[in-house]
Amino acid sequence: MNQNTTIEGGSGLPPLLTVSPSPHIKGTDSTRGIMLDVVIALLPPLVFACYIFGMRALTVTLVSVAACLLSEGLFNLILKRHQSIGDLSAVVTGMLLAYNLPVSVPLWMPVLGALFAIVVVKGLFGGIGKNVVNPALAARVFLFMSFPDLMSRYVPPGSAIGAFESVSDADILAGATPLAQLKQGTMPDIPLMDLIIGSCPGTIGEVSSLLLIAGFIYLMVRKVITWHIPIAYVGSVALICYLLPSSSAFIPHEFMLSQIFSGGLLLAAIFMATDYVTSPITRTGRIIFGIGCGIITVFIRYFGGYNEGASFAILIMNLLVRYIDNFTKPVKFGGLKKQA
Amino acid sequence: MISTKDIANQFKEGIITKNPVLVQLLGMCPTLAVTTSATNAIGMGIAATCVLICSNVFISLLRKLIPNQVRIAAYIVIIAGFVSAVELLIKAYFPALDKSLGLFIPLIVVNCIILARAEAFASKNPVLPSAIDGLTMGLGFTLALLAIGSIREILGSGSIFGIQLFGDSFRPIMFFILPAGAFMTLGFVIAIVQFACGKAEQKELNKPIPVPAVKAEVEEVTEEPAEEETVMEDSEIATQSDESEVQA
Repeated sequence: MNQNTTIEGGSGLPPLLTVSPSPHIKGTDSTRGIMLDVVIALLPPLVFACYIFGMRALTVTLVSVAACLLSEGLFNLILKRHQSIGDLSAVVTGMLLAYNLPVSVPLWMPVLGALFAIVVVKGLFGGIGKNVVNPALAARVFLFMSFPDLMSRYVPPGSAIGAFESVSDADILAGATPLAQLKQGTMPDIPLMDLIIGSCPGTIGEVSSLLLIAGFIYLMVRKVITWHIPIAYVGSVALICYLLPSSSAFIPHEFMLSQIFSGGLLLAAIFMATDYVTSPITRTGRIIFGIGCGIITVFIRYFGGYNEGASFAILIMNLLVRYIDNFTKPVKFGGLKKQA
Repeated sequence: MISTKDIANQFKEGIITKNPVLVQLLGMCPTLAVTTSATNAIGMGIAATCVLICSNVFISLLRKLIPNQVRIAAYIVIIAGFVSAVELLIKAYFPALDKSLGLFIPLIVVNCIILARAEAFASKNPVLPSAIDGLTMGLGFTLALLAIGSIREILGSGSIFGIQLFGDSFRPIMFFILPAGAFMTLGFVIAIVQFACGKAEQKELNKPIPVPAVKAEVEEVTEEPAEEETVMEDSEIATQSDESEVQA
């Protein structure tokens, strides 16, 4: 035994025994790899938005991503922190922020939103892994509260707005969005099939439900996210809408499907509620988190001042993650269960 | 009597090192609620300062008459009297300010800065220092409110004291006029003040300590009595605790 431990790699051989604390077998996952997967899953909705709204969707997204990268880089530089641009998390934040904006926004808005997301929500709380709420969502709510008129200027599908063309008032959709119609107690004018494919007015990333679900499947296959949060979230919204439609005039299953496929619910449930930093660790915790998001979303959609409640719902649940984690902390093997 | 150095010290404490809003975090309700514009902030600050000075003076005058058991009630009665006077004056001479501040003027009665200064300072000090304390604390409150109110007004409505600063193309960030913006601005202002105070403190610490002009040999000798003193203190503490144990 003693002989073994004394053998060292004296002749250029690697040492036979490495003494280090556990874990000894490490996975190959890295923040960069995971973020790259999320970016890949987020690309198809962008291509679709360029097709249906015009190339300006790409411009808005690029501006947002560039602003996020720049603010992250400069913030780290000024505060002499470890440079974290390379982990691509700022790219994901930038894409998600742009996906939450209508295509008609002036280009300074994604820049302002990126500054808020990266500096105020992420950087000041300590950078990646330490933010309390999702940066992209917080920036969306910040922009929505600041410029409610600009944030609800939707263009009808098939507008084909050029990359640097500014959107005039004539291009703006005059009628109500599907969510606004649902709130007023009528079914949307747009057929359900169009809502699912994405041929409807909305923000850049939220319209194409099919491609968002494809992204969900990709992330599941790559084991980047688990099913718990999105399924619990969308499932609870579906269940409440089916059992308790906001008006008895609705046919329950039609009402339920148009609630699920209109607005930003799928984008929020798949890409923003599942953010590692701001979601619970345990499976039970994730299901509680998803159901909480679902209940608050429906509540705001039925009774709130805004048409869409998904972003507020996730922000509120983000704040509760700490308590959910404490509540669902597993008992150590051989440990005692808490006395009742 | 009171020296100019003491007065300067009181001003420094009230405005910076013991600023009621930014360091002691008192009076959060008016701070968050009325700072939507710089005008409101100044109006609130001046009203509270007037009440603070008058109540400090009166409580200091009556400090030996007020029985300890009912002091809080007595303070509140005195404060409420002055608040009523200030409220009527504002109603008479500044009706616009009265309209925008609304309920928050009567609420000065329960402003914890005023009660805190009455309890912590005016009830233990003579009249003149109490009056100066009211003035400095009120100034600190007003300046903090003015800073928060100006930031919120510039960002949230693009104006300062009601004067438009930017052209028509400027889009005000409405977030800063809303309550959420109040909390965020307050946080930023506190952070900046703490950062500046920390820097100043660091500078003070880094200052080279003036070396006394005595020889090293003498210094060694002077160190010994100092050690003895600490030992003495320790023994004193020990005897005190013994006594208290005996009493218990």
